[in-house]
Amino acid sequence: MHDIVNAAANFINLDIVNITYLFLVGFVGGLVSGFIGSGGAFVLTPGMMSLGVPGLVAVVSNMCHKFPKALVGAIKRAKYGQVDVKLGIVLGISAEAGVLYGAHIQENIKKAFGDAGSNLYVSAAFVVILAVVGTFVLRDAWKTYKSGSTHEEEKVTKIAKWVQSINIPGTMVYFKSLNARISVLFTIPLGFATGMLAATIAVGGFIGVPSMIYVLGAPSLMASATELVIAFVMGLGGSFKYAMHGLVDIRLAMIILGGSLFGIQLGAIGTTYVKPFMIKVVMGVIMVIVLFSRALMVPVYMSQLGLIGQLGDTAVKALKSTSFAIMIFALALGAFIVLKAMWQGRRAENCLHRKLSDIAKCNYGQSIVMGRYKKMLVAIDGSESSMH
Amino acid sequence: MGSGYGKKPVGKMVIMGIVSIALYTALLLNQETFNNYFGRGGLYTILPIATAFIFSFIHGSFIGNFWTVLGVEAAKKKEVE
Repeated sequence: MHDIVNAAANFINLDIVNITYLFLVGFVGGLVSGFIGSGGAFVLTPGMMSLGVPGLVAVVSNMCHKFPKALVGAIKRAKYGQVDVKLGIVLGISAEAGVLYGAHIQENIKKAFGDAGSNLYVSAAFVVILAVVGTFVLRDAWKTYKSGSTHEEEKVTKIAKWVQSINIPGTMVYFKSLNARISVLFTIPLGFATGMLAATIAVGGFIGVPSMIYVLGAPSLMASATELVIAFVMGLGGSFKYAMHGLVDIRLAMIILGGSLFGIQLGAIGTTYVKPFMIKVVMGVIMVIVLFSRALMVPVYMSQLGLIGQLGDTAVKALKSTSFAIMIFALALGAFIVLKAMWQGRRAENCLHRKLSDIAKCNYGQSIVMGRYKKMLVAIDGSESSMH
Repeated sequence: MGSGYGKKPVGKMVIMGIVSIALYTALLLNQETFNNYFGRGGLYTILPIATAFIFSFIHGSFIGNFWTVLGVEAAKKKEVE
């Protein structure tokens, strides 16, 4: 209750332009998150911060819009057979602990250093995580692309093979996404880090998804879908924790939800049209672009805290608008890649729906049509997507 | 963009759409009141959480039907009828 007065001051004024902007940011964030499963908050949190929303309120409002949305997304993707509920819940439990710990740190930073401190902490965490994970994901996508095996099943990494080979009696659990028994002890640090990150920047998926892929050995489609279960579990707990202190701006959360629900369903549908490595490409590219957007703001917050010399008004303005422009670019690019992949997939599929004699009329070369067809056969064989 | 197969849930979409718009209108026209109560914390914590669920359910259901009506569906759901 002690934060009531401060909290009310944290809520910015919303006019029609802000509302439209938030709705669009929500749409793209949802599109990307439905596609790669990581909540899209790396688009949404900075998107809100660009409007002048304090870092912590942005993170919290984001989290509050995210958990019900994650539930909708998880249910949708479960229909395509992509969700490993057991793995999601096991990771979700340790993630919850991470969220509570991360929230505690956030609150202390805000108390000690105010909004500028909180903004700096959130932005710096963004930059570091995006740099490390983004580079890793892009390198992996590039390797898959270069090896030319984009249609093949993804390979299980060496670390994942090692993790799957360790037998700790009493802790072994079978997970369908890994098609192996692993010790739940391995999931604890991964879940905790995911949760901690979620409480810090509202994007747990940056650790959750890659760790499921690279450390546990889950296919990327299943990892991104399972992340939605984790996001629901920890988002609900985290929102409760922050809402207790009156930090949720429900208007921000609901406007973003409005846009992102349009996007997340489209993104989830989109995953059924693309090759798995495309998910990694989209994830990596957006991470790296957003990194630059946030990095430009770091000196602004540092100067507000007096850590570096005072920046001139012109310099601050220039940094802010460049950061904002880069952000918009990342949004547009993410939306473009996902929508284009879907559009192409649908056209190829529509060709297949027609009679054989009509196929020649389609603007696709035979090889592309056959490539898609082969992929669809695999999908029909193995997933529930063709059943309902 | 879709050629459309079978019946489309137009009625459901319209109903959920109207409810959804009503919810958003109520929220945006009464921003002050919402901020006042929802920012109180403590026992009022339940308000934002419940609101998130309600909006998500209503709006999510509207959008699910919306994309179905437009014919945007997962790859290879059905064969040609």
